[in-house]
Amino acid sequence: MSYSTKVLDHYENPRNVGTFGKDDEGVATGMVGAPACGDVMKLQIKVNKDGVIEDAKFKTYGCGSAIASSSLVTEWVKGKTLDEALTIKNTQIAEELALPPVKIHCSVLAEDAIKAAVADYKAKHGAMVETAACKGSDCTV
Amino acid sequence: MIKRPIYLDYSATTPVDPRVAEKMIPYLTEKFGNPASRSHEFGWDAEKAVEEAREQVAALVNADPREIIWTSGATESNNLAIKGAAHFYKGKGKHLVTVMTEHKAVIDTMRHLESEGYEVTYLMPESSGLVDREKFKAALRPDTILASVMLVNNEIGVIQDIASLGEICRARGVLFHVDAAQATGKVTIDLAQLKVDLMSFSAHKTYGPKGIGALYVQRKPRVRLEAQMHGGGHERGLRSGTLATHQIVGMGEAFRIAREEMATENERIRYLRDRLYQGLSQIEEAHVNGDMEQRVPHNLNISFSFVEGESLIMAIRELAVSSGSACTSASLEPSYVLRALGRSDELAHSSIRFTIGRFTTEEEIDFAIDLVKAKIGRLREMSPLWDMFKEGVDLSTVQWAAH
Repeated sequence: MSYSTKVLDHYENPRNVGTFGKDDEGVATGMVGAPACGDVMKLQIKVNKDGVIEDAKFKTYGCGSAIASSSLVTEWVKGKTLDEALTIKNTQIAEELALPPVKIHCSVLAEDAIKAAVADYKAKHGAMVETAACKGSDCTV
Repeated sequence: MIKRPIYLDYSATTPVDPRVAEKMIPYLTEKFGNPASRSHEFGWDAEKAVEEAREQVAALVNADPREIIWTSGATESNNLAIKGAAHFYKGKGKHLVTVMTEHKAVIDTMRHLESEGYEVTYLMPESSGLVDREKFKAALRPDTILASVMLVNNEIGVIQDIASLGEICRARGVLFHVDAAQATGKVTIDLAQLKVDLMSFSAHKTYGPKGIGALYVQRKPRVRLEAQMHGGGHERGLRSGTLATHQIVGMGEAFRIAREEMATENERIRYLRDRLYQGLSQIEEAHVNGDMEQRVPHNLNISFSFVEGESLIMAIRELAVSSGSACTSASLEPSYVLRALGRSDELAHSSIRFTIGRFTTEEEIDFAIDLVKAKIGRLREMSPLWDMFKEGVDLSTVQWAAH
């Protein structure tokens, strides 16, 4: 498997790896994937009073492309409102990282992680939102 | 400074020993004759070299040189042995027995025979990777023609009790084929004692060239095979095709060296493997795959929980090793060998096979230990599963979102 320079960069120097404190204000978590499928992504967002994502962190069990996809979205969601974050599409992630076709599911999973994190935030803060956290990504195992 | 990447994949193939390469070269240039040419010296010289090599191969396994048939490698030997015997003895029955952890060259040959109407029993090994004697015995039927069990497993390095399984087969009148591709130079093979009728060999796993192998076909009691390759009737009609003199000379020399040096070499390799094992077993949640006692000294196959296989291979790309998951193919496929041992997909994915050989140094082993430790640590820091494990969550009880 040959990786693009961008995947390798994110893999070697992942941005925003980590976990927020349990009691941190405005934190929401999205966890998607399954170990049997070879990837699990946990994305956390920290939302300020104005509804803007001011920080994000991730942890990922998965291949290089999965790690790179989640690292990339932590960069992309920062500074966005929740609704803006929801406009990030897997195709943009795949394009940015030059993912090969067999790794497209990693970008789908990253998009799903954003949706799941936003849904978690909205659930915690009363707003109702519809999400399908784990649909659309194909598990090859 | 050590040269990188470090080669720790000796069960995939070995470099040709320089002594072997040197011996081969004249047979490509000046001594190029066809061993089948009976009318001149070029042919006679080549034939002499081929027969010398046959003696060297026979000597390593204590067989009669007349029992050694040259082939292109262990895959061809397995095909010839299994299909050849199944076809020749089809009047006796249509049943064969093998083990789920055999090499694809045996499994796929068996599958092919199934498509021809034969019936095959694929035995499940124990979680150690070893075949249970009683289960093996129970699988044999009156219409069983042949059983095939490998001596040393290519992935996990476990050594099957061929002596005991051979006794069972002989007592039941079932032919016994053994794939010994991974065994030569690693374990002592005495075909004068073993109740083995057919045995496959490869040169390139034992510091010889690729593209050459041999099949042992026992003379007493005599084993008959139907040829799979037809033509000039070489190798007593069992395998037609002009003999590759230089390859054969290489295999002979490689097996001569193996015979003379295996005792001291295995001791050195065992020391290195044990050093590697000790280093890596300091890592939490590291699991050795396969029996650690009944195992060749060259092999260490180990799984690391909560780390994904492909990213692990990527992280340790300074080491040339094999992974339990086929990470170069389109989809991640966990090793069928590890799955047969009852390993979960996750553990099968995150397994690494280290195989040590003639040119491995202690310095390389130490580098490998440090690298694997550091990279496993890094990947686990990034792994949500590791966090959950550390928090005491039983991952098997988690409801994962199906995707």
